[in-house]
Amino acid sequence: MSGPNSDYDPVEVTPLKPEEVDRARAAALAAIEAATDAEALKRVRIEHAGDRSPLALANREIGALPPQARKDAGQRIGQARGAVTQALAQRQRVLDAEQEERMLVEETVDVTLPTDRVPPGARHPVTTGSELIADIFVAMGWEVAEGPVIEAEWLNFDALNLGPDHPARTMQDTFWTDPQDHGTVLRTHTSPVQARTMLTRTPPIYVICPGRVFRTDEYDATHSPVFHQVEGLAIDEGISMAHLKGTLDHFATAMFGAGITTRFRPSFFPFTEPSAEVDLVCFVCRGVDPEDCRTCRGEGWIEWGGCGVVNPRVLRACGVDAERYSGFAFGMGIDRTLMFRHGIEDLRALFEGDVRFTTAFGSDL
Amino acid sequence: MKTPVSWIRELVDLPTEVTTEALAARLTALGLKLEAIEKPGDALTGPLVVGRVLTMQPEPQKNGKTITWCSVDVGSANGTGEPQGIVCGAHNFAAGDLVVCVLPGGVLPGGPESGPLAISARRTYGHVSAGMICSAAELGLGEDALGSGGGIIVLPADAGAPGDDVVDLLGLREEVIEFEINPDRAYALSLRGVAREAALAYRTAYADPADRAVPAPSADGYPVEIDDPQGCPVFVARVVQGLDPTARTPDWIARRIQLAGMRPISLPVDVTNYVMLELGRPIHGYDADALQGPIRVRRAHEGEQLTTLDGTPRTLSAQDLVVTDDSGVIGLGGVMGGGATEMSGTTTRVLVESAHWDATSMFRTGKRHRISSEAGKRNERGVDPLICEAAADRVVELLTTYGGGTAVPGVTVVGQAPDRAGIEMAADLPARISGIGIGADTVVAHLQAVGCRVTVEGDRVSATPPAWRPDLVDPHDLVEEVVRIVGYDQVPSVLPREAVGHGLTREQRLRRRVGRTLAGAGAVEVITFPFVGAAALDALGLAGDDVRRHTVRLANPISSEEPSYTTTLLPGLLRAAARNLGRGAAGATLFETGTVAFPVDRGPTPIYGVERRPDVAEIESMLQTLPAQPLFLGVVLAGERERAGWWGAGSPAGWSDAVGLVRRLGAERGVEIDVTSAARMPWHPGRCARLSVAGTELGYAGELHPRVGAAHGFPARTAAVEIDLDALVRHVLDVVPSPAFSTYPLAKEDVALVVEESVSAADLQAVLREGAGDLLETIRLFDVFTGEQIGEGRKSLAFALRFRAPDRTLTEQETGTARDAAVALAAERCGAVQR
Repeated sequence: MSGPNSDYDPVEVTPLKPEEVDRARAAALAAIEAATDAEALKRVRIEHAGDRSPLALANREIGALPPQARKDAGQRIGQARGAVTQALAQRQRVLDAEQEERMLVEETVDVTLPTDRVPPGARHPVTTGSELIADIFVAMGWEVAEGPVIEAEWLNFDALNLGPDHPARTMQDTFWTDPQDHGTVLRTHTSPVQARTMLTRTPPIYVICPGRVFRTDEYDATHSPVFHQVEGLAIDEGISMAHLKGTLDHFATAMFGAGITTRFRPSFFPFTEPSAEVDLVCFVCRGVDPEDCRTCRGEGWIEWGGCGVVNPRVLRACGVDAERYSGFAFGMGIDRTLMFRHGIEDLRALFEGDVRFTTAFGSDL
Repeated sequence: MKTPVSWIRELVDLPTEVTTEALAARLTALGLKLEAIEKPGDALTGPLVVGRVLTMQPEPQKNGKTITWCSVDVGSANGTGEPQGIVCGAHNFAAGDLVVCVLPGGVLPGGPESGPLAISARRTYGHVSAGMICSAAELGLGEDALGSGGGIIVLPADAGAPGDDVVDLLGLREEVIEFEINPDRAYALSLRGVAREAALAYRTAYADPADRAVPAPSADGYPVEIDDPQGCPVFVARVVQGLDPTARTPDWIARRIQLAGMRPISLPVDVTNYVMLELGRPIHGYDADALQGPIRVRRAHEGEQLTTLDGTPRTLSAQDLVVTDDSGVIGLGGVMGGGATEMSGTTTRVLVESAHWDATSMFRTGKRHRISSEAGKRNERGVDPLICEAAADRVVELLTTYGGGTAVPGVTVVGQAPDRAGIEMAADLPARISGIGIGADTVVAHLQAVGCRVTVEGDRVSATPPAWRPDLVDPHDLVEEVVRIVGYDQVPSVLPREAVGHGLTREQRLRRRVGRTLAGAGAVEVITFPFVGAAALDALGLAGDDVRRHTVRLANPISSEEPSYTTTLLPGLLRAAARNLGRGAAGATLFETGTVAFPVDRGPTPIYGVERRPDVAEIESMLQTLPAQPLFLGVVLAGERERAGWWGAGSPAGWSDAVGLVRRLGAERGVEIDVTSAARMPWHPGRCARLSVAGTELGYAGELHPRVGAAHGFPARTAAVEIDLDALVRHVLDVVPSPAFSTYPLAKEDVALVVEESVSAADLQAVLREGAGDLLETIRLFDVFTGEQIGEGRKSLAFALRFRAPDRTLTEQETGTARDAAVALAAERCGAVQR
């Protein structure tokens, strides 16, 4: 490197000659253009823009020029270095982009590969179905009531106007705990929960009682000794069959869709008077040309459950003022409802525990 | 109740255009539920015509049979008018007789196995037989019907002309509606009742078949005494003598009995059954010559013997009502007669009993002796007590008309039907209960329509129900009668006033979330039957005195192998898991939430009356006898838990998955589960965790005992959980307080401590936490190491300690001091040595 030219000698410095600078600049730009990967560009950067690059070295010689020549040379070198820096950055961006492109291609995976490291779990449709029903009623301001499955005979029968001689109290229908005369049964319906509710609460009462019940039925495609019921009970001033109908219509619509309503047929249950069987418009054929409908078997209606106005005898036994209050009650099979809602052919599928059945329903209905 | 429509029409003036389907639908809307419509004649397709046998040529065959080659005049029914050649195997007819011929192209009902039988001309026994001469059975009638005696039907000479259609001639095309009769509508177990409902449905005239003039009671009737007027308020006896024992039941009676689903037997029996179907009143006929002395009705003496007419010897209870004569007991009154006085093929003198019996007593006797009969079915539901005389008289009429007998003049009527009390109700009760605008006039009209005598006083109505309606007792019973006639389809659809509930209870919400957590962790919910027996408990390896062997036993279990309500969910879960593995699943992670039961042994559960609410103490003493019934959660994890795949190897389920699930359940609810090691069947004694919360035991989790796993055919390391969900839920905080946390930098310290194998990680961690003091934010075990460097019977546990202060950045010195304090306490309490 030349020393500072403080004497204003009109010296010539070769590297600062315009043609030299231009050559260095051109060489640098050519090298940058020729660099095809980041590594090569790094070498080019050192060679043409590093401390020992021709332009850097030339820059240091500026001081050797007489002051009047410095400005010119400085400008020339500066422009050349600027062009090189810019070209480097430009090239770097191009190479980075290419590099990223390559990397993304290389890292491509087959996203259709299986991802089921832990097999899915599921909740039982009877559970989620019970919750669905409960939610429909909770949304109407009702509450969910519960009770034990091994129940006092008085609550399961007597309180509900099923007297000592009612046919349901035979061994053919009811599971009794041993010894049979000890007054305890596996509840045959969820109605004792209604009795318990009336005994412990004061009206207005609006409760829904889903739960497991037991009858000594044969175990086959449509019967099971263990099954599930949901019952509803409303006790209030001025309750009538119209409210029962309104509630069941609302329930049916929420459960099966708009337009699916109910009809009543006279029937008999000891705990209600008047009593009715409740049918549901077939939600598959909707009662239109039902002849070929497999769900309702050509009826246009599906038998859904039983209902009625709470028998005042039941109110009396459970301590509700039958003069002031009236009520309605209804009940239907949860398993049966699921069977026709989902086309379950064999009731036993609910109790076998085959995960292929349950997982099909996921964790909510 | 099967009711031939032609019989209904005989009693009610129904419009002719009313179809059977429409009638059934209207009656269903009134409360007689359609069960099925049968059209027995529909299986018959003509040509089925009257034929006159012109010639009969017996032709013995090589197989020993003799067939008859007949030529039969079938008029123009065969299209030619020429005699029809038919081969017949029967011989009970003669040339000149009118017979029933089915011609080629016709279809007969056939048997239950063969199905419909299509008739064509076919070559047989050397002739072309162009049709068939029919027996009663071949037409789908009773075998003996139409006097055929099991053979070919020979029609009366004036039945018709050759070629006449037989289907209409014989009334073969019948329609039968089968109703499911609810227990409160026993009156509809008769044509009298069904027809009354049909009249109601179509507002048309009805002729009560029980409305007949009857001879007055006389003193010279057969002597009858009633010792128990409550059990048997009315006893009517009539005697018919000089009956021809060979007299046949008229075809129309036999046909109706058959269509109603009963079997024709003999004239006297068929007549009593016919009258029962017609009027609903069961009748018993005695062979009067077998009776010895006066009839007496009383309760049986305990242990008395009777062989009923089904041949069964029975030991009677003091509560059974019996009919006796001088020989002793001759029948279970109202339920079944005795064999000794039964009408037989030689009976010429019949005593007709038409008695009213106490329904409850009938039910109990039927139940006690396991007798289910058509008579019992009606007597135990309640029969019209006022038609005893009419029913007896109807039997006498039919017996004398068709049996050639004469009625003995004496008419015995003992006792009297009790009076019915009137039922009072507010006239607007039907409107209030139904929500339909029903005026007082309508209420009165409809109550009268069902047979009530009605008086109105101001806004109150008093109705005395008819004798055939013992079910009408309360005002609400009257309401149902009014509303069903107005029509249940008139009930408007109105939502009740807005109910104001509190939503799900906390327990209900928490229980739902348990299932969601487990399903989210890959477990599948199952529902199994909660019945258990010794074999399943043995398979769990439970000791003889294990509390889970003390079960609530059932008096009538489905299977004697599983006589109890279960105390554990595991047997059902293990069975379900085995079923899944058996069906090819590589693994099964199943859970169930269900009630288990533990007896409390506080004696019988009291039963109270229903006239009033039991008081608080009574309710309490009722409830405290019931078994404890906590809600349990069971989980079984068998086989593959994580699958093998392109990501690498899978992993089998093990004890840590089981414990982990419960920890996760707790963590998601802010409940810290304490884990200690325990030994409890059916778990591996070295791989069983006792789970508790704040000192309350929840249950156990871990690997199944190898013997238990092997007994169920499970893969090694199969794990299970069983905890008391109610107990877990009780420990969830009502309201979670918001946590306070610092944002100052975290200081990390890791320590590895060597301890004896017997020191549990949980204990060591607890000691470290205590020793480290308040600055410790979290502690987590991240490595367990055993090996030669550590020494036999020892292990190295490595913990990550994370420190943070609420108000400042900790210095290295502060964290070092806290770490050292933790290690020092671990050394002191657990003999831990820092590596």
